[in-house]
Amino acid sequence: MRTLRIGAGAGFGGDRIDPAVALARDGALDVLVFECLAERTIALAQLARLSEPDRGYDTRLEARLRAVLPHCARNGTRVVSNMGAANPRAAAAQAARIVADLGLSLRVAAVLGDDVLDRIGPCVLDDTGAPAAALGDRLVSANAYIGAAGIVRALEQGADVVLCGRAADPALFLGPLIHAFGWAMDDWTRLGRGTLVGHLLECGAQVTGGYFADPGRKDVPDLARVGYPLAEVTEDGNAVITKLPGTGGRVSRATCTEQLLYEIHDPARYLQPDVIADFSGVDFTEIAPDRIAVSGGAGHPRSGSFKVSVGSRDGWIGQGEMSYAGPGAVARGRLAAEIVRERLAPLGNGIEELRCDLIGVDAILPGAPTGEPREVRLRVAARCATRALAEAVADEVEGLYLCGPAGGGGATRAVREVIGIRSALMPAEEVPVSVRFAEGTA
Amino acid sequence: MRLYDIAHGRTGDKGATSNISVIAYRVEDWPLIEREVTAERVSEIFGGLPVTRYVLPRLQALNFVIEGALKGGVTRSLALDAHGKALSFAVLEMELPDSD
Repeated sequence: MRTLRIGAGAGFGGDRIDPAVALARDGALDVLVFECLAERTIALAQLARLSEPDRGYDTRLEARLRAVLPHCARNGTRVVSNMGAANPRAAAAQAARIVADLGLSLRVAAVLGDDVLDRIGPCVLDDTGAPAAALGDRLVSANAYIGAAGIVRALEQGADVVLCGRAADPALFLGPLIHAFGWAMDDWTRLGRGTLVGHLLECGAQVTGGYFADPGRKDVPDLARVGYPLAEVTEDGNAVITKLPGTGGRVSRATCTEQLLYEIHDPARYLQPDVIADFSGVDFTEIAPDRIAVSGGAGHPRSGSFKVSVGSRDGWIGQGEMSYAGPGAVARGRLAAEIVRERLAPLGNGIEELRCDLIGVDAILPGAPTGEPREVRLRVAARCATRALAEAVADEVEGLYLCGPAGGGGATRAVREVIGIRSALMPAEEVPVSVRFAEGTA
Repeated sequence: MRLYDIAHGRTGDKGATSNISVIAYRVEDWPLIEREVTAERVSEIFGGLPVTRYVLPRLQALNFVIEGALKGGVTRSLALDAHGKALSFAVLEMELPDSD
């Protein structure tokens, strides 16, 4: 039976590049996928594009493509990625320049259509219940989670490198599977299984032992050299998840189960643009070391709507931190927090929300802290209407040096603009998708 | 005995909602986990927030969906761990009766 070998070369925009190079070189892959977008990344990319029309795609696109394309060209491996972010067309143009610069002959395509900012106005936001238009000039981005269709079309037209914007993460994997096996777009079982493969791979090393180790309980061999995953997928959509021999990490029932449920709500109804995937009957079988057979994936008819990620300017966050240590550290940290609150009080409503934590005591987990740590770090964060107010918050934490409790040290500060992300739904027929080849590679 | 002694898990985030998996290391501990680690007990950890529990018996796994755990959502949250990545360990701290 024919098998498609598909690998994951990144699970987020900042992911390591070396394991992707190993997969491109030694994986005998048909397709290498780079998933590099998060909820907020696309809105930040839209802001980058607003200030420079040729930007707005992944800032590490060049580093990644230069590292893997020579291997991909030699091995006949196609590349699919959402590194196009807010500007797939510019990303494709840049990729074409890199291809030429490397002396390769590869066709580069952009998948367009996810940017729906021009028609998001009437769509209702799921948290406020108001139409997106109510955000007024604060609205900066609206990107639909498009499905696999555009990727399939690009591959059919001979693309070697496919760059999307906001495609749904599993669709980056589902597209090449639909293309390779000729699955029908209403073959819900196979679409569900392909989505399952995509979901297991889309976070890269999270299925091969990354984000898993807990010493003495969940030990992972050679995590420093953790390998990225690949799937051997058959025409029926079932698959074996594995990694390259000699790489670090592990693929086991446990790593696959953690990843199966990662960012999933109802496992029987994982909403995707092309299918409602059903993971409720999934099973994992260890058929050899670091080889897990995946079975039991299913699917149900798609909803007909696309989720849209809507970004808007939402004020500023100002932060400051200061450490206290030794006897009385917690009491001095708490006093410092009270002082900062008191000093910020006159700024009034311009500070919309203020939060003071002691890192080492109560910054991360809910509930009452236990024990008395030897050192703590005060962290103050506030969401403010203006940049000046956010700076004032950071100033007051820094001011604890001479006008605060004894022994404060190691102050840091940060101020950033907040891009809030909300969700809406849009009928699929309002989101036409197209493919455009980069000039010189068509 | 703590849940941490017999199970592992991972946290995911979507908007302001966190999901936390709880997975038995050994099949023999699954009945205890399924019986004791209820939506109500997980809700107590998160100050009474609404919690939905999904059961995957074939994988000896539970999936908890906790609405509002990431106040304001990842992009607006003032929390240090805005994604709530560390929250699975708050659930694994849960005390359980010694196994059957």
